[in-house]
Amino acid sequence: MIKAENIRKFYGVGDSKAEILKGISLEIEKGGFTVILGASGSGKSTLLNVLSGLERAESGSVLYEGENIENYTDEQLTEFRKKRIGFIFQQYYLLPNLNVDKNVKMGAQLAGNRDYGEIIAALGLGEMKNKYPHQLSGGEQQRVSVARALAKKPDVLFLDEPTGALDEETGRLVLDQISKLQKELGFTVIMVTHNANIAEMAHWIIKMNSGRIAEQYENTAQKTAYEIGW
Amino acid sequence: MVVGIKDIFKLIGIIIVAACAVFVCTLFQNYNIDLQSIEGQIDGEQLKILYDAVVMTGKVVIAVSGGCLLITAAVMLGFYIKHYIDTHRKELGILKALGYSNIKIASGFWVFGLSVLMGALLGFIGAYCFMPEFYSVQNDDKMLPKFEAEFHVELLLLFVILPTVVFALLSVLYSLIKIKTPVMELLKGKSVIKIKEVKFKGEASFLKDMKNAVIRGRKSLVFFIGFAAFCYSDMVQMFFGMDTLGNEVTSVMILMIGITLAFTTLFIAVTSVVKANGKNVAVMRAFGYSSGECRRAVMDGYRPAAFVGFVIGTFYQYILLKIMVTVVFKDVENVPEYGFDLKAMIITLITFVIIYEIVMYLYGRKIGKLTLKEVMLDSE
Repeated sequence: MIKAENIRKFYGVGDSKAEILKGISLEIEKGGFTVILGASGSGKSTLLNVLSGLERAESGSVLYEGENIENYTDEQLTEFRKKRIGFIFQQYYLLPNLNVDKNVKMGAQLAGNRDYGEIIAALGLGEMKNKYPHQLSGGEQQRVSVARALAKKPDVLFLDEPTGALDEETGRLVLDQISKLQKELGFTVIMVTHNANIAEMAHWIIKMNSGRIAEQYENTAQKTAYEIGW
Repeated sequence: MVVGIKDIFKLIGIIIVAACAVFVCTLFQNYNIDLQSIEGQIDGEQLKILYDAVVMTGKVVIAVSGGCLLITAAVMLGFYIKHYIDTHRKELGILKALGYSNIKIASGFWVFGLSVLMGALLGFIGAYCFMPEFYSVQNDDKMLPKFEAEFHVELLLLFVILPTVVFALLSVLYSLIKIKTPVMELLKGKSVIKIKEVKFKGEASFLKDMKNAVIRGRKSLVFFIGFAAFCYSDMVQMFFGMDTLGNEVTSVMILMIGITLAFTTLFIAVTSVVKANGKNVAVMRAFGYSSGECRRAVMDGYRPAAFVGFVIGTFYQYILLKIMVTVVFKDVENVPEYGFDLKAMIITLITFVIIYEIVMYLYGRKIGKLTLKEVMLDSE
């Protein structure tokens, strides 16, 4: 269980100081699929950064099984991300000088996972493992990014607009693979998106607006990546 | 104009190297020209031998120091132009898409030559300011007839105007080669990375892979770090050697130039390493690699280059001074015996290791603090 209590976050200083998260409180169930839905500037990516330990909140707490990560030192926070968190970003952020195999190895080594070849194969990247990011299409790069995140066997996988830079066909493929692997491996998925159609894949939907939670509800009619609109 | 005048101030490395090169060349060439004015007053075999040796010393210093520094400036210029083109690919692509020819765009790069003009002028003026002191010390031994420093306008042409023109032309030619890239490739904004596969013996760790990739990604930085170590090792040990041989002014001059060059080159290289790897380190940090692991992956790979540079510098200065003593000054009386100075080498090595490790540690800390948030904002 991930629990956030009264999270507040500001950016800027002086007159340009703006409150990005205005007292967010939420609960996310373990092993579930949660989407944080909101327009650009609603604070959804900042919330994801705070929940994942990439950024610290000015006040409030983020509890993982009752332990507040906001009280962690930088070293503890690094160790926490190392052991528990996986990331998939819209811009992929693959290491350009390393091939697919070594990019995935970056995640795998943190978990001591020597069988990361399986995840490469599961994502259909087996024949590309010696290729470099610039030799791959956007969809292939994003699948490498998925493999890299899952190779470290995270408890929680954070996705920030993972299909934002992909076309419909590739986007559906990536989402489908993530969804299937989540069901198979049982990790928690927290995905940020502005696309209400994609949100229909989630079990829990949190809608954000201007730094606040506007609505949160359970989606009892979860759809697959190929059933949602685009 | 593609490149603005303000851009040349970023070429501080070239300005400093050019200043050092022109300072040394102007000083010794001016001295050699003025020395010719007393050639008629030289009588006696010993005095003639000394005269020839002093002239030869000047020529060797100009060729070795000046030449070496000018080559370094040329390498730095190439590095800066490549970096400029890599970071302005979109703008260059737009110009090409609008119909500007390669030669038209490349011609704007002549302003990079102005960095050489600035450095050369600084070195030239500095040399003439320092010249009275230099002549006075050289004349102190009273072995050669006394002579005064004169201004030689041809040196202005040779060491200031000519290098500026040559470097401006080099800039245009090099940029012309570099921008011969298809428009779409430039518009995509990212440079194509030339990858060379490295086969590891056994299974390497990711951090070792990363270390190798960092080195392979920017080989010019390996050269610069090796060169920084070379300059420090060569010139600081030469300072001790020249001091032993009784030429205090030259030894202090060499020390100052050596330290300036070494640190300028080191800072340029390390700053480039940090800039080139910031995004990768931020991603590694997000995934849970510690700042120490990231620092070691990015910075440690350069240590062997620094060590090799130091060793080459040590041999280079020893051989150079040995040749000076045994060949150029072989018939001159009262020239002290010159041997390898182990104590000087140890002092130079220890100070270099301390400085190098502190610089690397501080820059490593800087790189480790870069957050993914900054990287995301940067790439938007």
